Amino acid sequence: MNAPFLKYTGIAAPLMVDNIDTDQIIPSREMKSVSKTGLSGGLFAGQRYVSGRTVNPDFVLNKAEFKDATILLSGKNFGCGSSREHAVWALKEYGFRAIIAESFGEIFYNNCVRNGILPIQLSNDQITKLGRDVTIDLSSQTVGNFHFDIPEGDKAMLIGGLDPIAMTLSHKADIDQHFARDSQQRPWLY
Amino acid sequence: MNQTLFDKLWDAHRVKSLDGDEDLIAIDRVFLHERTGSVALMSLLEAGRTPRHPEHVFCTMDHIVSTDAGRGADSSRTPDGGVFITATREAAKQAGINLIDVLDAEQGIVHVISPELGIVQPGLALVCPDSHTCSQGALGALAWGIGSTDAEHAIVTGCLRVKKPPQMRIQIDGKLSAGVTAKDLALHIIKTFGAAGARRCAVEYCGEAVNALSVEERLTLCNMAVEFAAFTAIIASDDKTADYLKGKRFSPSEAHWGAATDYWKNLQSDADANYDFVHHIDATAVRPTVTWGTSPAQAAAMTDAVPILDDDNEKALNYMGLSGGERISALKIDGAFIGSCTNARLSDLRAAATVLKGQKVADGVTAICVPGSMSVRRAAEAEGIDRIFKDAGFVWGAAGCAFCFYAGGDTFARGSRVISSTNRNFEGRQGPDVRTHLASPAVVAASAVMGTICAPEDVS
Repeated sequence: MNAPFLKYTGIAAPLMVDNIDTDQIIPSREMKSVSKTGLSGGLFAGQRYVSGRTVNPDFVLNKAEFKDATILLSGKNFGCGSSREHAVWALKEYGFRAIIAESFGEIFYNNCVRNGILPIQLSNDQITKLGRDVTIDLSSQTVGNFHFDIPEGDKAMLIGGLDPIAMTLSHKADIDQHFARDSQQRPWLY
Repeated sequence: MNQTLFDKLWDAHRVKSLDGDEDLIAIDRVFLHERTGSVALMSLLEAGRTPRHPEHVFCTMDHIVSTDAGRGADSSRTPDGGVFITATREAAKQAGINLIDVLDAEQGIVHVISPELGIVQPGLALVCPDSHTCSQGALGALAWGIGSTDAEHAIVTGCLRVKKPPQMRIQIDGKLSAGVTAKDLALHIIKTFGAAGARRCAVEYCGEAVNALSVEERLTLCNMAVEFAAFTAIIASDDKTADYLKGKRFSPSEAHWGAATDYWKNLQSDADANYDFVHHIDATAVRPTVTWGTSPAQAAAMTDAVPILDDDNEKALNYMGLSGGERISALKIDGAFIGSCTNARLSDLRAAATVLKGQKVADGVTAICVPGSMSVRRAAEAEGIDRIFKDAGFVWGAAGCAFCFYAGGDTFARGSRVISSTNRNFEGRQGPDVRTHLASPAVVAASAVMGTICAPEDVS
């Protein structure tokens, strides 16, 4: 169960680089346990720390004005690369509620929605016009003065904080029917 | 009829349309590995849920397992990573799914063993919490990468909630030249359209050059689709696909073979099918291709020069230790790696061995080969390919993914330049500050021998 996403205001940190991959969001060496938690310390580890855990003062999240950021701004293809959901779990544990980028890696986008983080796609021009304090209203699909698109299913899941597995299990009769029919048509798969 | 192959597969798996824009899509097979699948399995067990079809769920150990030839059952390349292996093993047994454990004869990289064992077949829907699951569209299947939460969803419900992606046809006309591989074609396509060029699309590869590719080459081509942001890639099955699958452990039995292959024959796009995007690639224009930057799209023909440093590529060239203008074919290397789900099948190892036969790796070059599965490793050994690699000075490892990304532990030295048959050249991908150039196995082998990036014909 995720926290429902309704209207939200937070500080937006700009990480305006294209192709931020999930290896950068959480390096493999930072995925230390078989769990969805304990990952936020490794978020952006390669850029956030100079060596070990010595903080890199130049990295955006380490700057005083962005240290409480809960919205991230980025460029094209954010979250590309590995499907590791640890990238989203680390962002979530750190406190991020929304990512605003020009475009997203497909698997990362879905992982965000499944974990209650709102991925918003805007143009570079729009993103750079957003200030430090950003207000997002998911019901009206607006961020600042801009409208954004989101698939209806994703919107419903985020607003309701819904558990997709429980939602799908409510269709059990249809699923049973599909597999019963398919096992007749393609018996070699069963 | 004006349906694409993807439309047909989608319709066959659509349980129902949901409110909004999603469909409930039936999933025939789920594959897991110890790095991301472990979390899905443990989360499922903790929630008191059970797999709907445990016999249709498979799990291998590939990502962080040791690639040392003498590894133990729990040996990990990641320091303290053994817990991923032991926890996954325990959870897989508890959930009653098929487990292919570290020391099993069939162990290997998920996208290598899934076709090898006949788990993936034309027309079925397969998901795995791994981005390169798109590889398996090469056999005419609906296969895509997901997160751990969706993996849990698919195991418990037998379905996923998915919005149908837009469709892109990439038709590859003409024939690839001699010495030009599926890897070169994949890099050429990503270079042409950009790393986000097929964003969210289901890409169908077709045309004369695709028909001419072997099943293993098609797997390489589809493997790289995620590197240009595709939802998945697909290639219509043909006689080669059926021949490839015949007699494999999980392939249709003799009793069902005729019905299965009849069904597969209908899985083709209609001549007048509609796509959202259509592109043509001239196969004769593709050259052996190597990446120079930190995205698979930052690639060039080997005969070209690295682009001159400018605002657009400053970060990538700085990371790669290049200023631009250098000839790609003259760059000196410190390491060479052949492995990964992209290029570690038997045909890849054969291609490299052809170059390496009777040669030695250049002084100062660390050269490593990790076959994609233990079956590939045994088959290569039966042909004497291991001897050629070892005599040339290559390390001959056991199957696993860990040299494709930095799993921790010993790796290539900081700042070293590595030519690699893998799929990602991201910053730090193969180790802190390691500079990865992606290329085909034959180019990796030739470069290892000469000590500079070069074409197979340059090996004297």
